[in-house]
Amino acid sequence: MHRVFPLVPAALGALAAFPVSAASAADADLQALRAEIAQMKQSYEQRIAALEDRLKQAEAATPQARASDDHSAHREGGRADAFNPEIGLILQGQAKSMKDVPERAVSGYWPAGHAHDEDKRGLSLKHSELILSANIDPRFRGVARFAISRNGEVEVEEASVSTLGLDHGLTLRGGRFRSEIGYQNALHPHQWDFADATLMQKVLFGAEGYRQDGLQLKWTAPTELFLQFGAELGRGDRFPGSDRNKNGSGAGVLFLKLGDDVGASHAWQAGLSLLRTRASGREAHFEDIAANEVQGLFSGRSRTAVADFTWKWAPNGNPKERNFKFQTEVFQRSESGDFSCNDSNGTSTTCANTALGGLAVRQSGGYAQAVYQFMPRWRAGYRHDWLGKGSKSFDAGTVFAALDEGNAYFADYKPRRDSVMLDWSNSEFSRLRLQYARDRSMLGIVDNQWTLQYIMSLGAHGAHKF
Amino acid sequence: MRYLLIGLLALLAWPAQAALNVFATVPEWAALAREIGGDRIKVFAATTALQDPHRIEARPSLIARARNADLLVATGAELEVGWLPVLQREAGNSRIQPGQPGYFEAAAHVRLLDMPASIDRAAGDVHASGNPHIQTDPRNLLKVGAALTERFAALDPANAAAYRAGHAAFAERWRANLARWEKQAAPLKGMAVVSQHKAWPYLYDWLGMREIAVLEPKPGVEPTLAHLSRVREQAMASKPRMVIRAAYDASRPSEWFAQEAKVPAVVLPFTVGGSDDAGDLTTLFDSTVARLLKAAQ
Repeated sequence: MHRVFPLVPAALGALAAFPVSAASAADADLQALRAEIAQMKQSYEQRIAALEDRLKQAEAATPQARASDDHSAHREGGRADAFNPEIGLILQGQAKSMKDVPERAVSGYWPAGHAHDEDKRGLSLKHSELILSANIDPRFRGVARFAISRNGEVEVEEASVSTLGLDHGLTLRGGRFRSEIGYQNALHPHQWDFADATLMQKVLFGAEGYRQDGLQLKWTAPTELFLQFGAELGRGDRFPGSDRNKNGSGAGVLFLKLGDDVGASHAWQAGLSLLRTRASGREAHFEDIAANEVQGLFSGRSRTAVADFTWKWAPNGNPKERNFKFQTEVFQRSESGDFSCNDSNGTSTTCANTALGGLAVRQSGGYAQAVYQFMPRWRAGYRHDWLGKGSKSFDAGTVFAALDEGNAYFADYKPRRDSVMLDWSNSEFSRLRLQYARDRSMLGIVDNQWTLQYIMSLGAHGAHKF
Repeated sequence: MRYLLIGLLALLAWPAQAALNVFATVPEWAALAREIGGDRIKVFAATTALQDPHRIEARPSLIARARNADLLVATGAELEVGWLPVLQREAGNSRIQPGQPGYFEAAAHVRLLDMPASIDRAAGDVHASGNPHIQTDPRNLLKVGAALTERFAALDPANAAAYRAGHAAFAERWRANLARWEKQAAPLKGMAVVSQHKAWPYLYDWLGMREIAVLEPKPGVEPTLAHLSRVREQAMASKPRMVIRAAYDASRPSEWFAQEAKVPAVVLPFTVGGSDDAGDLTTLFDSTVARLLKAAQ
């Protein structure tokens, strides 16, 4: 409608500019026209004045009506942010001081994830995250997160669609997303309370955590106690599984979450999760008995159970001034299948698609951390990571005939790490953190690590989960 | 396994409660809903007056309550933007999604003050749609109440007449209260005051008070001592009569200012439950006006 109005004065202007042939028009006609125009003008002026009076009266009588007119632009739920879609950007970087260890594998554990994601010594840029999200329509919401590495590689961290309107407490999500196995795994690195991943996450899934390409169904029970069941079916191409080029699902996760408040000041959440997947030819670096670099390969089933507990405190439930968060998770992983080794260079005499018999492993560990905001903007935290030796059963005669017994994977060792951190947040969008860690996750190495880190979020910044 | 499935199905078919289930983000809308709906509705308030409504954790207990709500009553104007969207997404409840009849925003029904000229986070936690603390002007409760009544009536037509009657009774009492409060508060007109957070523009607009300074350097940012000293120097010229903070605000900044400027520090309940004598909407404003008058003596 509004677009029509500017056309009217434009048309009138055009008419006025139309060259009227004055000579051909009779004077009488002109005068008649002028009189008519004057009359119309007067009549319109009167009507306009009357309308203005009415408007004034109406305004005085109903301030409510005026108020709602003033703000007709503001509508219920019309906006989550000024942008549609909401756009956010996370910037992260750090300075790190630590020992120069060529391959940082946690002793006794199968190396997970990609080595190039490892932290660097000195100054470095951590990956930047670009986040786009929006409600697609009343039934669906979409989120995409792109991680841009310091080398400029772009990785799709998350690209998922979830339902808003399934009702009965159900939500269905599809695409790529962070699995809700355990507590910490669902959090993005910028939400972590420490500068690096827990040792548990590093050995279970790799520092980046476990991502699913698949489906997730969650159901929240209609009870006042928070009770949620969830199931995920995924491709299962990530550690501890591997891409197996098959139809159907390659990894399944089941989880159960419980949570409630205790009084106004305390809130807790506890969970239990299970992951079942399979690996086929899952690769890791090993050394053979002649110190050649070879590949160790595992094929078989992998099961992981995680229990988590989080407790938060804030005086009267107001975390602005002071608050406290305790978080712990423990896991048990059992894997069984076939072990083999190979040398892609063909130099090894003992590893050339060599079967090394069966391998059955059962390992456990966990972490506990506490973070205290002792005054506005300032938080201090302590984290303890521990991993057990676990048990590995394999035919030592066969395996050590091919692979060096000194490989970190065969170490009989209990990795440990203690970290303390202090962070300062000028607002909820910026954070600077100093962290010291005494890392004893590698046999024979005590690594004193210092990290100075910044995390900044620009633009739309979605609300965080508990 | 079969029993588990039957159990799950039984839970899914949980009989919807007869009463309208209302989830209010802040205590004032819970109280207003009770005034209108009486026993016909079941009301849950997600926060208390001692909590800063900008900074609430999306706790599991809140998700559980949001899952069962028929109507979500929020302030809007971005007050709950840091936590409410998580509840809406996690609850698996289509009724309370934005745009649905089960989602009600109070700020959409009143005239908002303090619209920012520009939106830049360098200016702190600014709300693009205006100041959201609308409940500090009791006249706004009439407007929100009228709209909320119609929403109740639309969601629960069987009880529509009762809701309208409830609102009519409330509105009548409220108009009488308004006249009383305005008469009592007449001496406050034109009075110069200092606020800790920009939480009171609607209250000042109602009572004709003048805010000459705010202790927070930017909305939501804690003041430093250096900043407080500067504010004191600037404010003293206008002779403030008191410094005002909400029940959930930290006490230090306004206590410091009160001592330095030799004016009383006033803690206002801000919402229902913010002080022992503010147990419902009427006593909220009884207490607010009484505290202001006491400090002005």
